[in-house]
Amino acid sequence: MTSPPGAHLPEHPDFLWDDPEPKASYDVVVVGGGGHGLATAYYLAKVHGITNVAVLEKGWLAGGNMARNTTIIRSNYLWDESSGIYEHSLKLWEGLEEDLGYPILFDQRGVLNLAHSLQDVRDSVRRVNANRLNGIDAEWVDPAGVKEICPIVNTSPDVRYPVLGATYQPRAGIAKHDYVAWGYARAAHAMGVDLIQNCEVTGLETVDGRIAAVQTSRGRISAGKVALCAAGHSSVLAKMVGLRLPLASHPLQALVSELLEPVHPTVVMSNAVHVYVSQAHKGELVMGAGIDSYNGYGQRGSFHIIEEQMAAALELFPVFARAHLLRTWAGIVDVSPDASPIVGLTPVGGLYLNCGWGTGGFKATPGVGDCFAHTIAHDKPHPYNEPFTLERFTSGALVDEHGAAAVAH
Amino acid sequence: MQLIPCPWCGPREEAEFHYGGQAHVAYPEDPSALSDEEWAQYVFFRENPSGPFAERWSHSAGCRRWFNAVRDTRTHDLLAVYRVGEPMPEVTA
Repeated sequence: MTSPPGAHLPEHPDFLWDDPEPKASYDVVVVGGGGHGLATAYYLAKVHGITNVAVLEKGWLAGGNMARNTTIIRSNYLWDESSGIYEHSLKLWEGLEEDLGYPILFDQRGVLNLAHSLQDVRDSVRRVNANRLNGIDAEWVDPAGVKEICPIVNTSPDVRYPVLGATYQPRAGIAKHDYVAWGYARAAHAMGVDLIQNCEVTGLETVDGRIAAVQTSRGRISAGKVALCAAGHSSVLAKMVGLRLPLASHPLQALVSELLEPVHPTVVMSNAVHVYVSQAHKGELVMGAGIDSYNGYGQRGSFHIIEEQMAAALELFPVFARAHLLRTWAGIVDVSPDASPIVGLTPVGGLYLNCGWGTGGFKATPGVGDCFAHTIAHDKPHPYNEPFTLERFTSGALVDEHGAAAVAH
Repeated sequence: MQLIPCPWCGPREEAEFHYGGQAHVAYPEDPSALSDEEWAQYVFFRENPSGPFAERWSHSAGCRRWFNAVRDTRTHDLLAVYRVGEPMPEVTA
């Protein structure tokens, strides 16, 4: 008797989470099964004991921006408000593997933010000082120091935008984005959270100014509270209750090279020449650039952006000249006017907003999950997300992070 | 690379153009009468639809003139272009 091919292989491993049918009602419905939505559900269950929670995802778990970002984690933002939430997040990253009981390949390899002009230098030194006053590790390094940290950076003065120095945050780094999502999903599922995929929210029902239910492609689901974690689609969801948001959804492209031997020991970002580069554990060079200028929901961008990004990468890293580009893609980022997020309450009772993270949401995943869960559980913002209200666009209390966001908007 | 049909020059490569955001956002007629909320709406809040969107483009590396377009933000298809001052044409996405 012959056995079929593969009969000697072990059984398919158990799934990390179930694929349940939606129930008729939940205490909290989280819209969006990306990093932020999964982390929010996890902290709701773990910290606040709220486990009658569903995470609704229109596609598959973590298939949006969570699968498309360049995985950079850092907290070297300029203003006190940003330092609070990003540093809170970085501290959670430092214990996340133990917390989730799941490997996430968090690697604190440091980040260099290059300065290419005298104004860059002044802004960077100011940001280093601001970071240190907030207890965040940051230092200013000169071109020789840049060369020491990342030997393949071209620090020659004979280029169009010479490297005049950089800020360095040693505790910054990267993590494996998929593992982060799977770790949160597995842990949330184990505490009783329903993760419901292929379930698109098509309407939000309110009664007397309070959220009552969500209509979905898999039926109506009653909800005590609804938390939006939909990144690029936040405007579309908010419009279902007549709420306008100061957001523009843009394509943001990234790309990887083929697998290479380890050549790049850290993370390098440059505002002036518009590229950021690290090397994934597996060996691909991972690079991103600025957003495409136009609004777009198509998860693709224009090729001339990639060309400019490659030109910038080659100027900084001449050694990449022979590397082959393997894949490019785009995510939809929700860009706010001040490059800071909007996290908090809305005029609709029981409806909570987490959006506007634009190009930098991945690094905030644990921090915003924790703070947003607190906001939902207590119907009151956590001190770390209190400054990031929707009202700040009326009051004028903006948190302008265009400099530290390090991605051209 | 996408071709954008400039209403004066005809189809040109996208890299020749500069994006100007939502079209038909008029400066307030009586600015001093606006509340903070109304100023916020004028300065910061824009439509952000997934679908047809009326927006401004400038042919900055060509005739250097501004024009309006209706573009489907899901497919990036340009459904119509029209000159400044003309009403937004009817489109079907």
